[in-house]
Amino acid sequence: MSLFDILGPVMVGPSSSHTAGAVRIGYIARVLLGCKPVSADLALHGSFAATGKGHGTDRALVAGLLGMKPDDMRIPDSFRIAKEEGLAFSFEEVQIPGAHPNTVLLFLRGEDGKELEVQASSIGGGRIMINKIDGIDVNCSGELPTLIIHNLDQPGLVAKVTTRLSEKNINVATMQIFRDKRGGFAVMVIETDQPIFKKNLSYLENIEGVVKVTYFKGEVG
Amino acid sequence: MAFTSLEEMVSLCKEQGKPLWEIILEDDMHDRDASKEDSWKKMCRMWEAMLASVENYEGNIMSRSGLVGGMGAKMESYGAEGNSLCGDFVTKVMATALKTGESNACMKRIVAAPTAGACGVLPAVLVPFYQESKCGEAKIIEALYVAAGIGQVIAYRAFIAGATGGCQAEIGSASAMAAGAMTYLKGGDEQQIVQAAAMALKNLLGLVCDPVAGLVEVPCVKRNVVGAVNALSSADMALAGIFSKIPPDQVIDAMREVGEKMHDSLKETALGGIANTPEAKKFTQGM
Repeated sequence: MSLFDILGPVMVGPSSSHTAGAVRIGYIARVLLGCKPVSADLALHGSFAATGKGHGTDRALVAGLLGMKPDDMRIPDSFRIAKEEGLAFSFEEVQIPGAHPNTVLLFLRGEDGKELEVQASSIGGGRIMINKIDGIDVNCSGELPTLIIHNLDQPGLVAKVTTRLSEKNINVATMQIFRDKRGGFAVMVIETDQPIFKKNLSYLENIEGVVKVTYFKGEVG
Repeated sequence: MAFTSLEEMVSLCKEQGKPLWEIILEDDMHDRDASKEDSWKKMCRMWEAMLASVENYEGNIMSRSGLVGGMGAKMESYGAEGNSLCGDFVTKVMATALKTGESNACMKRIVAAPTAGACGVLPAVLVPFYQESKCGEAKIIEALYVAAGIGQVIAYRAFIAGATGGCQAEIGSASAMAAGAMTYLKGGDEQQIVQAAAMALKNLLGLVCDPVAGLVEVPCVKRNVVGAVNALSSADMALAGIFSKIPPDQVIDAMREVGEKMHDSLKETALGGIANTPEAKKFTQGM
């Protein structure tokens, strides 16, 4: 663990997993949505459901959706701020078989009408794992720059994407590839050691067969 | 991460003729590819946030559950009467531990050190010492490097989360870090620093994590007090020349063994210990 994982982070209490981690989940979900969310339906699983209220997990998730980070002193006030900023939200409890005890399922709608479903877990010490995006497994931490590419399942697309990254001296740290069915839709989840600049992202978007490119630069905590 | 043992840290100090805090700082620079200035500034921000977490305490608010609040203020006014058993400085340490722990429970901003549940231990010893000794900020920053370096070795060899190792891993680790920091501030050498840390950890071995209703409130806030006071007594023992018969790294390994053998009901699940008392269960049902 890095020195400042031991002494730090600076965060709003009371719990790194139930509060700080929850803020990060909300924050990353907002980044993944790509715009201001206007509605959020949140389903809490396991310990998030059982002890979430006492730990402020609910306010922390909403704070993250409003773009706050774990050290933002406005976190306890997030419900009121959500009202001011036009974010409608609801909470319910769910049981997700096999999920980590601190898991939340978020259904978001953005101001541009875009919808997104994210399942994420807070795995301790404020660290998180994004399990699924729109039902597809992604399993990334959000700590590194992360590229999520939705594409048609056709030959050569992985090579085209990774070639561009190598040309720009961007090192791939982890890479996962999923698809719904042969020749259907596929998703690449790529974590990199270096940030990816906008012009490279638009290049990737313009590759034939690429449907959508989502990127977040990581290290939000 | 370069250091896997306290012994290795101490011998590197001797080899290079550098103080402990400096070799820990240099390791951070290497680990994060950061400049000395960057690392130092980052540690200064942690210190500023710690000071603020004590200053921003409000004695008249309760946590959302209603379990904690106001204890820091009570301890402070009791201490001010000048008639406590522990004396002025230790009473201030106790009040500061309660304040920070309660602020955490009340969703205020704190510095996790090493965790949010144990956030009161380091400020409890450092803030009153800083205010009374006038040792200056630089000295405190150096002490924070000492504390963090000790914590890093504990995290590597054992654990620092209640869910994995019980409270000994949280308050115990924080207490070891604070004992090392205080020994450094009082002029102890490298060996005395790690000895103080070892004794502090040893004294809290076996402490279980049994939070009522799973909340970081009861008994967590008050355990910050014991972590802080235990740090002071361990530091004083080391400074008096009293050493741990068991080498510091072996004490850390013992903490790991105890944590691994600890029953799951005593590791943050709120199923055992204080959390399993009739009163705690009644409270949990009423929530």
